[in-house]
Amino acid sequence: MAKEFVLTEQMTAQIGAESPPWPFEVTTTSVRAFARGVGYTDPVYFDVAAAIKAGYRSLPAPPTYIGTPVFIPGRSSDTFSGPSEGMPNVDHGLKGILDGGTETETYDTICAGDELSAVTRIAALDVRPSKALGKMLVMGTETEYRNAAGDLVAKQRAQVIYY
Amino acid sequence: MIADWKKIAEGDSLPELRKTPTVTQLVKYAAGSGDFNPLHHDYNFPQSEQIGSIIVHGRFKYAALGELVSNWLGHAWRVKKISCQYRGMDMPNQEFVCRGTVVKKWEENGEKLVQIDVWAENAEGKKTTPGQAVVVMR
Repeated sequence: MAKEFVLTEQMTAQIGAESPPWPFEVTTTSVRAFARGVGYTDPVYFDVAAAIKAGYRSLPAPPTYIGTPVFIPGRSSDTFSGPSEGMPNVDHGLKGILDGGTETETYDTICAGDELSAVTRIAALDVRPSKALGKMLVMGTETEYRNAAGDLVAKQRAQVIYY
Repeated sequence: MIADWKKIAEGDSLPELRKTPTVTQLVKYAAGSGDFNPLHHDYNFPQSEQIGSIIVHGRFKYAALGELVSNWLGHAWRVKKISCQYRGMDMPNQEFVCRGTVVKKWEENGEKLVQIDVWAENAEGKKTTPGQAVVVMR
């Protein structure tokens, strides 16, 4: 928690910085694990035959599945499992972290078997005061997901709060 | 489940979805989403001690809002856009309710679209997780 926090030029220079592409392969196992974690009971997210009967190629990714990463030790965040290798980084020194908000836009149905690849960029940095948490750094990111053919299939915007 | 565009009207309420996530459910969500922040499973983690409890993942509530919408629609539809803001914390073993109302129904470029206000509210009726969704007929 910080009483004062000022954005430096070194921090703002990171706005627009992009990560290298990272695989976000969607699999039957990853869809089932996510759907189970949320508490879905609809068999379409678990049983391939039920999914095909409902008109899908395979198990469909639930609406907020996007962002579920492929973890590789040493190259991914051990805590959040997302890619850390080459990820643009703002050296802010704040220890607390909270999720601020998420927006996901999809341009096609995403199903198990889809080999997506994503690039994340830092879209915005902002300092906001909070009664409980002092001066907070709010980082906005934007991640674009493309399929194997290179078509944009989803875009996710997120705000992370550091305090 | 709504398969008929004509049966949807602005002002309609979605059937509510009630969730009381246990710690075990949050562990399942951590495994399914990859978010192993100890704030969501370890009561001895410094941030948990500071707050006085572990807290429900914001994205678990986001996913519950997705489930609210997909339970209502069934599979004749696709969620085109869904967003939310994490305005308040929820704790495990406490119920929150996901609700939604249809705010707009329109056609554009041959697509049938519906915009919905969605939110999760706690036992005090506070909207901890307000958001919006746009759905399109497949």
